Amino acid sequence: MTQAFVEAIRAIYPTDRCLTGKAELAPYESDGLTAFRVHPIGVVLPTTSEEVIASIRLCHQPGIPFVVRGSGTSLSGGSVPIDGGLVIGLNKMNKILRYSPEERIAVVQPGVINMRVSQAVAAEGLYYAPDPSSATVCTIGGNVAFNSGGAHCLKYGMTSNHVLGLKVVLPDGEVVEVGADSLEQVGADLVGMFVGSEGLFGCAVEITLRLLPKPEKYYTVQAAYKSLAQAGEAVSLIVASGLLPGAIEIMDRLAMDASDAAVQANYPKDAKAILIVELEGPTEEVDAETPTLLKLIEESGAYRIDVAKDAAERLKIWTGRKCAFSAVGRLSPDFIVQDGVVPRTKLGYALAEIDRISTESGIPVANVFHAGDGNLHPLILFNGREEGALERAEEVASEILRLCIKLGGSITGEHGVGLEKRAFIEEMFGKKDTDFMRQIRAAIDSAEIANKGKMFPDLQAPALTHRGLHPIEQQGIAFRN
Amino acid sequence: MIHPTSLEELQSAVRELDRVIVRGSGTKSAMSSSANLSTADLSGILEYDPSEFTFTARAGTRISEVKELLAKSGQYLPFDPPFVQAGGTLGGTIAAGLSGPGRFRYGGVRDFLLGIRFVTGDGEIHAGGGKVVKNAAGFDSPKLMTGARGAFGVIGEVTFKVFPEPREYQTVIVSFPTADEAIPLMARLAMSNFELACLDFVMPGQLQLRVGGLHESLERRVDRIKSFIGRTCEVRSGSDDEQVWHNAREFTWVPSDATLIKVAINPRQIVEIERSLEKSSASHVDRRYSVGGNVLWLAWPNEKTSEKLGRLLTSWNLPGVAVRGEPWGILGPQNKGDVFQQRLSSVFDPLNKFQRNDRRTANSH
Ligand SMILES: Cc1cc2nc3c(=O)[nH]c(=O)nc-3n(C[C@H](O)[C@H](O)[C@H](O)COP(=O)(O)OP(=O)(O)OC[C@H]3O[C@@H](n4cnc5c(N)ncnc54)[C@H](O)[C@@H]3O)c2cc1C
Repeated sequence: MTQAFVEAIRAIYPTDRCLTGKAELAPYESDGLTAFRVHPIGVVLPTTSEEVIASIRLCHQPGIPFVVRGSGTSLSGGSVPIDGGLVIGLNKMNKILRYSPEERIAVVQPGVINMRVSQAVAAEGLYYAPDPSSATVCTIGGNVAFNSGGAHCLKYGMTSNHVLGLKVVLPDGEVVEVGADSLEQVGADLVGMFVGSEGLFGCAVEITLRLLPKPEKYYTVQAAYKSLAQAGEAVSLIVASGLLPGAIEIMDRLAMDASDAAVQANYPKDAKAILIVELEGPTEEVDAETPTLLKLIEESGAYRIDVAKDAAERLKIWTGRKCAFSAVGRLSPDFIVQDGVVPRTKLGYALAEIDRISTESGIPVANVFHAGDGNLHPLILFNGREEGALERAEEVASEILRLCIKLGGSITGEHGVGLEKRAFIEEMFGKKDTDFMRQIRAAIDSAEIANKGKMFPDLQAPALTHRGLHPIEQQGIAFRN
Repeated sequence: MIHPTSLEELQSAVRELDRVIVRGSGTKSAMSSSANLSTADLSGILEYDPSEFTFTARAGTRISEVKELLAKSGQYLPFDPPFVQAGGTLGGTIAAGLSGPGRFRYGGVRDFLLGIRFVTGDGEIHAGGGKVVKNAAGFDSPKLMTGARGAFGVIGEVTFKVFPEPREYQTVIVSFPTADEAIPLMARLAMSNFELACLDFVMPGQLQLRVGGLHESLERRVDRIKSFIGRTCEVRSGSDDEQVWHNAREFTWVPSDATLIKVAINPRQIVEIERSLEKSSASHVDRRYSVGGNVLWLAWPNEKTSEKLGRLLTSWNLPGVAVRGEPWGILGPQNKGDVFQQRLSSVFDPLNKFQRNDRRTANSH
């Protein structure tokens, strides 16, 4: 059957867009969660929606599983292939199909790189708001599937808040259009239901994005604290003050050390925490808000406050922040990036608990997080060559996720469930709601072939190998957030 | 009419009934006139911590109660729910998928709904989403419920994200002889970085825009906007400002013998819609283009019949939903997402308890 399938798939594509040789397939074996590697039976690289439709229809009949793939930067194993399955790579579907500044929308193919959208609309003073740290490489299709976030979600939301319409090929090859090109909808919000479905509901082939006017002014402050608790306290004060910053981020000492090593961020040597707050908006408004913000930061005990004087200094602050994850690679041969959410008021408690878990296990954990929305990104450092080190690190990661669940938060704020967190979906939602979600999946995809084995713990997980930097990080193209 | 007071009672009610149409407080009368289940007694705010920017409440809670509580901490519902004074409830607002003019700034009801507990057609209680402001785990069923008019379940409990409210507002009003002149200015304002709170165009010829922020900066921001507009502007502040948006939110302009229709549009379509209304001798119909021209609110005279409206909507290739007035359901072209919706329905509503008979026509395109 597989042979017949391969023949049929070959008939759709020219040879250079249908890869079946072992060497050709190697780059597609894994994704940002480098611990998993699986051999697909083939990789196809469609350039049109019709090719996607034809490929998915071919898979449906014999029940061949498929994974749609953008740039493969998923940190939860979302785009890892399925053994004996097909990979549908969308990087060649990378056209901006329509752009209308007056309507503040762009219709794009799924393989368009996130950052390219903002670049393409910059001349008209617009931008595409969701800003994952991987923006220079990840695709809009991948962002849609994972409802990706970034540092600026507090004010403008995640990907889902910026997608107005979708053309989708369902897992049996049926094509539907949901939403349209309006900020509003009539009828059920089917677009919202598709976004974040992690490739389980099929493939998005056209995506209508909402664009925003670029804020006139940014005011970016970086404050140094002698304790993490003080920085956390500053966040509470800011939130209570009625200000709505575009971003509120915190890094701890270990994370600072990593950034320093990578990009010479020059953080104060005795700082235990760095707080980054960014106000944005019309000049008059930002200017009026600034004194309040500075006063709060001073009151919270910051002992050094740096304000970005121009775009270059703002970029420097953000580079230090955004590179922290990958930079941890300079302190440790391997690390796990966790992504969990706790209620903001429990941040202090959560950090103390993470510290306790780290101390008790003897495994260093660096913390970088979107403090404004309680989204933690603990980095668990280990050496994969040491016997059992990966398993011990995994145990620490699991304990942190359980802490997030216990505090009423979530097992993922932006990286998705994928392969990595399948085991936790039931802990978060309970068996009944998890089973319900499985039923939804089965109703959309009766053969259960679209990204089979992800989100729900049904397949044997592929074996873990030791982790390291994603190839794009090794090349310094993008950094984890 | 059954009046459950808890999620469990709601569950038994759904199990008992063969067909379920829910009513909150009945402000969206076109959607709930034949209701047999009421959430009026399923009310109350359950959790609210201002520093979390979230609250959880039962679905029948009136928005006015929520607004009052939030205001004590200087917070608000950024999607600006309509029918507040009329008594609208949280659940009804979600099911109807309604946001007010203020949704222009940060997003609609779908964007601020974080989590729900609901009863499915087979009488099971399920939860979707979460209670924290950021969450990417699992399927986003809260969004699915938005605008679905109960097709996927009866909403029992909801969690919303909230924001600090701008301290002060001012409204700028500019008059135009025709829509043709106002529409390009509306587009330019929508693209600008003035960060307007609201941007509406009211027929026959008034552009209304609202600015919110700190007292210290407001005057200067408004001045700059006025010079950008370059025409005579009228500025309203204090209660005069509030009155403009109160009228919009409560639909005080809709005549009592008309049905309020919501049409989601793209601002580019306004010119075509205007031409077509004129051609079908309907240019006197009261209407308002809200949210920077992304929503058309039509007060369709009942005597003009739903068939005529259906034909118009079909010719525009835009669906419209009756909100208040006659129970016309969704009119206009067929839904191109039907297959997806039906598959979801088979799980959320396996016994077809929540289905409605919308009279949509075959696609015109
Ligand atoms: C260095 C680094 C930094 C990162 N920083 C962030 C961050 O700040 N915030 C954040 O949220 N994430 C971050 N990520 C994670 C990752 O970049 C995002 O999840 C991103 O959205 C994935 O995009 P991709 O194109 O690489 O998708 P892939 O990894 O190729 O695919 C991701 C998932 O989407 C599905 N998919 C892809 N295209 C489609 C489509 N067209 N239709 C349906 N399903 C599809 C795949 O099947 C898969 O399940 C980071 C990753 C790295 C490596």
